[in-house]
Amino acid sequence: MRFHALLAALIFTMAASPLAADTRSDAKKQVEFGISVAQKGLWREAIYRWERATEIDPTYAAAHNNLAIAYEHEGELDKARAAYEKALQLEPNNSYIKQNYELFKEINDRTTRKDGQ
Amino acid sequence: MTARLARTVSSAALVLLTTACTNYYEIPIETPIRPKLDVSAFQRVLVAGFISGGTDDVDANLETTRLLRSQLRTKSELRVIDTDVLPLMEVANESNSQSSGGSAASGSGSTQTQIKDEKDLEPFERVFANVEYWKKVGEEYQQPLIVTGTVMFTPHQRNSIVQREEEVYDSFGRRRVVPVRTYMERKGYILRPKFVFIDGRSGTVMHSENFREEILYNANQTTPALSSYFELMDRLIPSFLSTLSSQKIKGTRILLQ
Repeated sequence: MRFHALLAALIFTMAASPLAADTRSDAKKQVEFGISVAQKGLWREAIYRWERATEIDPTYAAAHNNLAIAYEHEGELDKARAAYEKALQLEPNNSYIKQNYELFKEINDRTTRKDGQ
Repeated sequence: MTARLARTVSSAALVLLTTACTNYYEIPIETPIRPKLDVSAFQRVLVAGFISGGTDDVDANLETTRLLRSQLRTKSELRVIDTDVLPLMEVANESNSQSSGGSAASGSGSTQTQIKDEKDLEPFERVFANVEYWKKVGEEYQQPLIVTGTVMFTPHQRNSIVQREEEVYDSFGRRRVVPVRTYMERKGYILRPKFVFIDGRSGTVMHSENFREEILYNANQTTPALSSYFELMDRLIPSFLSTLSSQKIKGTRILLQ
């Protein structure tokens, strides 16, 4: 009985939103391509890909996280902060995003620190 | 049978889900930090010296001048002017005595013994607003960017409850590390520099920044004052340098799929 219920739930989840799955799948392709170009040092191209991914699927936390890293690498710190915050808003318990954001904040706070604060 | 199958299906789903969630790539990045101050008009920098006070164990004026010059030499594009430190205390005393009709001069004796706290510094800080003096210095050194300011390096003591880790062994001889809170007497130093950036062409202050760092050790630990001074300056140097030149801070981040 429990097995049937579990199976039904699984089928319902998989069939419920094919559109959402397509959206995520398209966004994921952009994210994967962005990762491969970032690993080759092509950060501007990576930014383009991850921006596309966030446009396709604004709820994709990984895309926002990666975009934040790329902005950080390009010195666009305000944009990086906004992207990290969006990623954390979507996945507040993601330890990787939290770790990235903490490291970013450390640099950002250190360089903007004044009057001994 | 059905229950076992259900367990297998849910375990597989969980593994798939976990794998999907933890697809990550560590990547090195370099974060460029733009300078706070536009120094493109200057080719040269003069670290003129500092008005210093606090402990007698460290000559904070000379040490700060030396340290900043060596850092600027290696980490900025400006040419560092090598010269003796300027007698800022004398200049400050002179201008103070002129403004008060000769009664405020207290130029004799060591500067280190004169300035013990922030209040003692106040009368000397007017020297940074002496436009005529800095303009003259600028003319002498071909109109560089001038770095000067104040440095207070004072001993500090604080008694408080601190948490430290202690090794304990249970009855089976197994080692454990447990946090223990103890009341401790701690001694150290506070470093309070103020960096003032002056335009050597006009003699006016372009920018100034205050910092505060402190370090505390166990009271029974003997750490030379000069070591503490360098440890505290090490923390401030990146911020100081980021005022003048763009910096790249290396690190790693996690890309997610």
